[in-house]
Amino acid sequence: MCDFIILIYMNLLIAEKIVKRYSNHLALDEVSIAVPKGGIFGLLGPNGAGKTTLIRIINQITAPDSGQVIFDGRPLQANDVYHIGYLPEERGLYKKMKVGEQALYLARLKGLSQAEATEQLKIWFIKFGIQSWWNRKLEELSKGMAQKVQFIVTILHQPKLLIFDEPFSGFDPVNVNLLKQEILALKEKGSTIIFSTHNMASVEELCDNIALINKSKLVVTGGVEKVRRNHGDNIVEIIFHGETNALSQALTPAYSLVSQKEHNGLQVANVKINEQQAANHLLQQLIPHVEIHGFREVIPSMNDIFIKLVS
Amino acid sequence: MKKIFIIIGREFLSRVKKKSFIITTLLVPLFMAALMVIPFYIQGIEDTEQKIIMVIDNSGLAEQALESAGDLTFIFTPTASIDSLRQNFKKEGLYAVLVIGETANNAPVSLTMYSFTQPGLSVQTSIERSLKRVIETEKLKAYDIEGLDAIMADIKTDLSMKTFIWDESGKEKASSSILLMGISYILTFIIYFFIFMFGMLVMRGVIEEKANRIVEVIISSVKPFQLMLGKIIGVASVGLLQFVIWIVLTIGMVIAVQNFIGGDDAANVMVQNAATPEAMQGFAKATAASDIFSLIGNINFLPIIISFLFFFLFGYLLYASLFAAIGSAVENEADTQQLTLPVTIPLIIGLFIMMHTFQYPNSSLSFWASIIPFTSPMVMMARIPFGVPLWEILLSLSLLFITFLAIVWFAGKIYRVGILMYGKKPGLKEMWKWLRYKN
Repeated sequence: MCDFIILIYMNLLIAEKIVKRYSNHLALDEVSIAVPKGGIFGLLGPNGAGKTTLIRIINQITAPDSGQVIFDGRPLQANDVYHIGYLPEERGLYKKMKVGEQALYLARLKGLSQAEATEQLKIWFIKFGIQSWWNRKLEELSKGMAQKVQFIVTILHQPKLLIFDEPFSGFDPVNVNLLKQEILALKEKGSTIIFSTHNMASVEELCDNIALINKSKLVVTGGVEKVRRNHGDNIVEIIFHGETNALSQALTPAYSLVSQKEHNGLQVANVKINEQQAANHLLQQLIPHVEIHGFREVIPSMNDIFIKLVS
Repeated sequence: MKKIFIIIGREFLSRVKKKSFIITTLLVPLFMAALMVIPFYIQGIEDTEQKIIMVIDNSGLAEQALESAGDLTFIFTPTASIDSLRQNFKKEGLYAVLVIGETANNAPVSLTMYSFTQPGLSVQTSIERSLKRVIETEKLKAYDIEGLDAIMADIKTDLSMKTFIWDESGKEKASSSILLMGISYILTFIIYFFIFMFGMLVMRGVIEEKANRIVEVIISSVKPFQLMLGKIIGVASVGLLQFVIWIVLTIGMVIAVQNFIGGDDAANVMVQNAATPEAMQGFAKATAASDIFSLIGNINFLPIIISFLFFFLFGYLLYASLFAAIGSAVENEADTQQLTLPVTIPLIIGLFIMMHTFQYPNSSLSFWASIIPFTSPMVMMARIPFGVPLWEILLSLSLLFITFLAIVWFAGKIYRVGILMYGKKPGLKEMWKWLRYKN
């Protein structure tokens, strides 16, 4: 019981055993995630895995067949939409409507008053240097410009939870960087962010925790570093100077050589630690035989883990 | 609830502020006023050019029948030959040559006109009419009946039917089915056009939101049902505003033009244009202007207006939610044709039955079509001015209301699924499946 209370206290959002079935397929099969307060949570998975369905359930766009969502300590309710900001993957704005007008409209639908919304929007438009767009129709802007407006509209009502579904698509590298900075700044200010993407490099860069969904099921969830370490194969990389076969001869059966190559006159070898052996022990074994230049644990990238778990 | 008003506000303002709205709102009354006033002007334009017609009269009757008047000048040349007249035709600036045959007993009089250009129809008919009258009188005279003039005056008869409607208390009220027909005509057409035009506008609005990909952004703030209802009501208020402006401007312009021309003639022309010519001719003959006012006074307008508002409102809501459901299922307007057919067919059938109802307001077809919800907004409105028992109106209204609730629920379910579906073009079968999706 005590654990449960701590769990609720630490997490802004908990989804418990969510099941969602459409007429001919199961979209989510008992998926549970816990999104800690104040961090960036990566929701990963290939296309069609069920990410968008889960996000829509959190946004109350659809309801789960079973399971429940707990938001900020109690079951999700209708008014919680005011505390959630959602940037969908399928996103857009009214083409024929003026930028300022539609930003105001969307902000008011999120519960801001006309005056609050105007004030907040002015601040953000100045921050992004786009004040001059206020009275222009959206169709006059480029796609990247429209995305900026869309981003502002998503975060304007200062929600507790922000959900970004593939936020970087449609941005050029300069703006991707700007957006990353903004997302990190939002995290600094205490927002909790769910971040759904295929781009594994940005996951390593931004996320604190992740959940990987594949074929409607949760495959793995936890802190990014922990997940990476857990999926490491206990391999260390050793850079040494010496005879090509000096290392392989020095290894005891507890270790096995995975690969070895020459690089700039040095030997680079990957060694798998087979049993519950400490890396230090391996070093002790090797030092008498070869001259060590480098020694590090090989941790798989999120990309490797993604491909390994999904395929 | 507050959010639905924000949505209605956007739907309303974004359309009202459009240039196309302002232009059509101002141009249509101008067009309507022109339609009413221009025929009057055209009728008023007379051909003032003098027309000289040479008459070769073999009957001996034409001289008393054809008198030179206005722009027509008749010159009688009993001895001239057609050939010589033809040769001098252009030189003398003639309009036509008329040859009248002899009047033999019971034989038709031959009447021939020659000209280089086709003579005007009004010239022909006026000559025919004048001659006919004189010949008939002459023939009558030949029977030598005593006191003929008195008999003729006595025979002359003007007929016009006045209809009265009994109410339960035994009183009678003058009615005019033509006036009633005119009223129901206008009301029913308003309902039909409103449903069609603005139902389509709702559909287009839904497609726009889906194509723009804004819909998912919005429904993370509001329920899809609220968005759908907000759009339907917003569009309806645009339509109502437009209708009110149209009516006010049209009346204003007509009054202005009438004052300018200063004519009852204008009013007459308008009346003639407003309804079918035969009906209106009868109407104009039967009813003096003062009678019209007493007739209008006799019609109980309150029930008509109240039922109009109800049938108008719920008929629109019923169809508009169906149009919204269709819009949600497709990604561009070109894909809607197959899907709109089942919705537009009952609407068009309703219009056809309405035409029948004007002639047979109490036939069983009229009765059933005015009870069945999909045609009732139009057919019942066509019947009401002729007098419909209250229970029938109430039954029809309650059925319409219940169906409206069912259809909105049904449309809301399709809409909710449809707006998030991209990439495939669903058929009716697919949409039927969506109905069974849970939330």
